[in-house]
Amino acid sequence: MSQAYLGIAILFAVGILNAMVMLGLSHLISVRRKTTAKAIAYESGMQPLGDTRQRFSVKFYVVAMLFIVFDIETIFFLPWAVIFRDLGLFGLIEMFVFMGVLAVGLAYAWKKGTLEWD
Amino acid sequence: MILDFSSQLDYLWALLPEVVLSITAMTILLVDVFRRGPRAEQSGTWVPAAALAGIVIAAMVTVFQLGFEAHTTTSMIAVDGFRVTLTLVILVATALAVLFGMDYLAQRGLGIGEYYFLMLMAATGMTLLTASRDLIVIFVAIELMSISVYVLAGLDRKDARSAEAALKYFLMGAFASAFLLYGIALVYGASGATNLGLVASELASGAATRNPLLYAGVALLVIGFGFKISAVPFHMWTPDTYQGAPTPVTGFMAAGVKAAAFASLLRIVGVGLAPAAVVWHDIVWWLAVLTMIIPNVIALQEDDVKRMLAYSSVAHAGYLLVGLAAGSALGFAASVFYLGIYAIMTLGAFAVVSVVGGDLDAGAGIGRFRGLGWSRPLLGVLLVVCLLSLAGFPPTGGFIGKLYLLRAAVGSGEGLLAVILVLSSLVSYYYYLRVIWKMYFEPAPEEAVALPVPGRGFRLAGALTVLIVLAAGIWPGPAVDAADAAGTGVAPSALVGGEQSPAPSPVSGGIQVN
Repeated sequence: MSQAYLGIAILFAVGILNAMVMLGLSHLISVRRKTTAKAIAYESGMQPLGDTRQRFSVKFYVVAMLFIVFDIETIFFLPWAVIFRDLGLFGLIEMFVFMGVLAVGLAYAWKKGTLEWD
Repeated sequence: MILDFSSQLDYLWALLPEVVLSITAMTILLVDVFRRGPRAEQSGTWVPAAALAGIVIAAMVTVFQLGFEAHTTTSMIAVDGFRVTLTLVILVATALAVLFGMDYLAQRGLGIGEYYFLMLMAATGMTLLTASRDLIVIFVAIELMSISVYVLAGLDRKDARSAEAALKYFLMGAFASAFLLYGIALVYGASGATNLGLVASELASGAATRNPLLYAGVALLVIGFGFKISAVPFHMWTPDTYQGAPTPVTGFMAAGVKAAAFASLLRIVGVGLAPAAVVWHDIVWWLAVLTMIIPNVIALQEDDVKRMLAYSSVAHAGYLLVGLAAGSALGFAASVFYLGIYAIMTLGAFAVVSVVGGDLDAGAGIGRFRGLGWSRPLLGVLLVVCLLSLAGFPPTGGFIGKLYLLRAAVGSGEGLLAVILVLSSLVSYYYYLRVIWKMYFEPAPEEAVALPVPGRGFRLAGALTVLIVLAAGIWPGPAVDAADAAGTGVAPSALVGGEQSPAPSPVSGGIQVN
């Protein structure tokens, strides 16, 4: 069994060695000239604006969380839809229960005013 | 009624308490938000009342489940005495936590519907945890419980220490969950099953016990559970989290989370890993020794009573592990009994701390307890009974629990564990009795702040706590019988441990209490 994994181990070893040799060689033989333009943080070619560690409004996180909830709902829906016929009535009821629980969460978020930006 | 899980409806019957709890929780959340809207004001008193009603119905349903007969060799959900007993323990603890917490939350402006929603959801996860017989269900239940409690710990958003508590608990808990999940994956890799019954039959055939995957998997599982029950050396988060979280939440965490996680650990070891005792016995043994000695020594120099109780809760995880390390039916029964009594007495102790250290940022320094026994006699009685029980003095339930654990340890040939248990308990007397000394033999401070007067709910819960703790110490028969039935049901049938020591005597005569 361990023989089968030998190739992967060799691949890892060669990969790491390759990276180390490349970085090491360029470190040893390259020419370095420090200019101000090179010292600036890279931001897609633009001049960076402001500090990196700026704070974001908590609203972004709430929207992101709501997105993830419905994202994951979709993930669960897909395999369910594929084997829907085999699951029959039980699968249908279960999925409605699942949707009901999510709907409770959505109703809560809605009444709490999470869906409004201001 | 016989449940064989051939029809899906059987799962509904098997999960009835969880269904009741979660429906109550969601109803509270919805009705509350429709009444309050986005405003930050507190919810009405109907919310805790509804939560209590849900808990009572869930408890009745749980008792009703005693009449079920489930074929549980390969089912995902167990309906047995172990599950019923521990579910009742968790429901009682949750109800007491709701009653104890009402005043504190009202003072702090935290009495919101979300609190009770999260508490009921955590309770759902805990009761599901006591019932799960499948590693995947166990993981889902642990996450349901943990995520609710992470939020509860940070409920006091404006308090920096509450936020710190929640963040620490969350980061540590997320790590622990990852360990746990990896452990489940490796155990699955070694045995080819996630169902505990199937894992056991695979391990019993012998081949898997020599598989290094199993060793790694069990080690990771123990690490994951070690975090949840806060066993040394995975206890680092406990003092900070317990101190920073709102005190009613701390009590709930110390009682419910520990009871549920430990119950699941008992079931995993007793049902799933029983044939592979050689894999887990030494790990559990050393965990028990470390967890008994280290927190008891640290707690000696702790001046904050809330932190001291946090270390005491860590130490109690060690006592509980003794029953697990004993590995016999008697050991498991002793652990179940001790879990029940521990949950109640630690809740009572934290409840008094929530009154004494509740209204100020000064915390619960031991100086604030001076003269408490004379100025507030009823609070004093509650704290004294709980502390004496935590220390293990007769005639309290804590004494019977420790006696039971000692009996189990000696019966399984774990004499050294019994000796360490006694010695570390002796050490713990100092810090428990120091609080009692301050309460009765030192005058109240001159600039004494008037403590809030607890409401009816708190007084009811306090009376119940004292009653349960004393009843378990004076007339322990019924509780011992229930624990026996529960523990025997999940204990490994064969005696485990290094050498085959003489078989333990029949459980019914296991402990002389009358």
